[in-house]
Amino acid sequence: MSAPAGSPISEDLLLRIYRVAVLTRALDHQLWLLTRQGRAGFVLTGRGHEIAQIASAATLRRGHDSAWPYYRDMGVGLALGVTPYEILLGALARAADPHSGGRQLTMHLSSPSLRIGSVSSAIAAHLPHAVGAAYAARVRGDDSVAVCWFGDGAASEGATHEAMNLAGVHRLPVVFICENNGIAISVPLALQMPVERVSDRAAAYAMPGVSVDGTDAETVYTVTRAAVERARGGEGPSLLELRVPRITPHSSQDDDAYRSDAQRAAAAAADPLPRLRETLVERGLLGLDEDEGMVRAAREQVIADEDLALAMPDPAPERARRWLHAGDPPHGGAVLPARYAGWAGVFGD
Amino acid sequence: MTEPAAGRTMVQVLHDTLRAEMARDPSVVVLGQDVGVKGGVFKVTDGLQAEFGPVRVLDTPISEIAIAGAAIGAAMMGLRPVAEFQFADYMHPAYDQIVNQAATMRWRSVGAWSVPVVFRAPCGGGVRGGVYHSQSIEALYGHIPGLKVVVPATPGDAGGLLRAAIRDDDPVVFLEHKALYRRGREVVTGDTEVIPIGVARVDRAGGDVSVITYGMGVHLAREAAERCAAEGVETEIVDLRTVSPFDREAVARTVARTGKVLLLHEANRTMGPAAEIAAFIAEELFTELDAPVLRIGADDCHLPYNASEEAAILPDVGRVTGAIRRLAAH
Repeated sequence: MSAPAGSPISEDLLLRIYRVAVLTRALDHQLWLLTRQGRAGFVLTGRGHEIAQIASAATLRRGHDSAWPYYRDMGVGLALGVTPYEILLGALARAADPHSGGRQLTMHLSSPSLRIGSVSSAIAAHLPHAVGAAYAARVRGDDSVAVCWFGDGAASEGATHEAMNLAGVHRLPVVFICENNGIAISVPLALQMPVERVSDRAAAYAMPGVSVDGTDAETVYTVTRAAVERARGGEGPSLLELRVPRITPHSSQDDDAYRSDAQRAAAAAADPLPRLRETLVERGLLGLDEDEGMVRAAREQVIADEDLALAMPDPAPERARRWLHAGDPPHGGAVLPARYAGWAGVFGD
Repeated sequence: MTEPAAGRTMVQVLHDTLRAEMARDPSVVVLGQDVGVKGGVFKVTDGLQAEFGPVRVLDTPISEIAIAGAAIGAAMMGLRPVAEFQFADYMHPAYDQIVNQAATMRWRSVGAWSVPVVFRAPCGGGVRGGVYHSQSIEALYGHIPGLKVVVPATPGDAGGLLRAAIRDDDPVVFLEHKALYRRGREVVTGDTEVIPIGVARVDRAGGDVSVITYGMGVHLAREAAERCAAEGVETEIVDLRTVSPFDREAVARTVARTGKVLLLHEANRTMGPAAEIAAFIAEELFTELDAPVLRIGADDCHLPYNASEEAAILPDVGRVTGAIRRLAAH
């Protein structure tokens, strides 16, 4: 399926998607520097996935719909209002990291206030959680939708089948979004599944399945909004496949040697950011100087956040066993820099 | 409700407790295979769907990952799900959800997320259920930080502990021995009683030998204690009720009283809960001991369908009696 004709996104929203994408990219870049400097222990990012992540997240009712991202979804997090400062606290394993207090690997988000579920390194484990959140909405009779992001590797897990099957049987308000970058660490899609498209599986769960170019913001927004509205309207789940490039190695611990130079170059050439920038420039929504300023400001913002995060203390070792059970006083969380007052990601501020 | 004069079975008390908790708290839901129209294969959820509707009592596909995982996600959104697995043996596919997800969720989010799920399952052998309807799995979960593991031995305890498990803000693995479901009746007067998780109970007082056990082990110990009493040996039976965290103070009290300990469970002997309790006694209570700590568990084997082979593997009253005698003579 291709995107319907005509732009479904306001000029303002398109520009905000780009702005969050630029910020995501700047943070992505900085995280890789931190791991190469030996300051961050482990980094993995979604370079190439940003537009798919941000444009899909932009369809949620922020704080009302629940979001169930995976570890590559920095763009989903920033779109919903997570700040780069928090992600840097996490990457540096600082005590004040509000998502996991430095316990989880980089980009393992968790935010009850934004209704972002806790990311698991075990892939696909969160798909049943999203279905459970959709079930909770059914029990309570509210109209919140659960939106779940995962990679093509996760599509091979049994949990994915079980989650989609349960959602399909009970027509629960959940949207499954596969960010398909064609390779699960080193194993290409053809060795992950015998069908051509992840979306082909939707038929087995009696839900609509679409496969679209995940580097096109308007297409992603259109198909996701339709799926979210469908779920909110009581018509059941959907499966969206957003085809994206993976521009980096799997993680900082991966050498990417299994891909040829040509394959890596092809991924880089499919970078969605220049594409959206060209669209914005062509439509007269963004000047090149303005773009340079935006990129520079994002870099400065991230570096300023990094400086603050580096100055924050590690957790005390004796804290390690805390929060195993209920009853412990809550984690203090991060005091955000003043620049984030009112920050609402892609939803404006 | 009015208590029947003859009392109630464990199944009836579990049912009545679930029903009362669902009536009391609209966030309590039940999901699992066959829990709806059929009312569960052992009838614990009988009639609940008719009363509370097909959403709050959700018949799921045969899909243990989804049952456990959906319960976790629903709990994160504020519900208190009771997830039923048809047999403990079929919880294994959900192990990742229970161990990697439910058990870690609060810790990994530094206290931000709660997962108040009860993972219920019938466990235990001796009913000719074969290898896939007989397992005792409590040690698998007792090893995991963040999980509580409860195994009631009596109808009254089943009700009070289930009430506590549903109201607990953390995940609880709740294992019901299927051979105890209808083994006897008990007049349960404390119908609103919450029995705290982690607190043991002295089932029978005695000064000569302690049997520390739970679940079906309590019933084996009772029969063995009767036999030994006829020979002048007084046995104290401590019913742990909660396997993890087990009640260290109750263990210390009975060890101080008798100095002679038999640890008893139906789970396999090797790496079973008794090994952990024996280690605790050795580390903390060594000077209280008058005899070596003895352990009885299943004979480190899968349980067969054939009755005589099954009996050869499971603990029985004869073995328990022999161990008590041996300790008493020490």
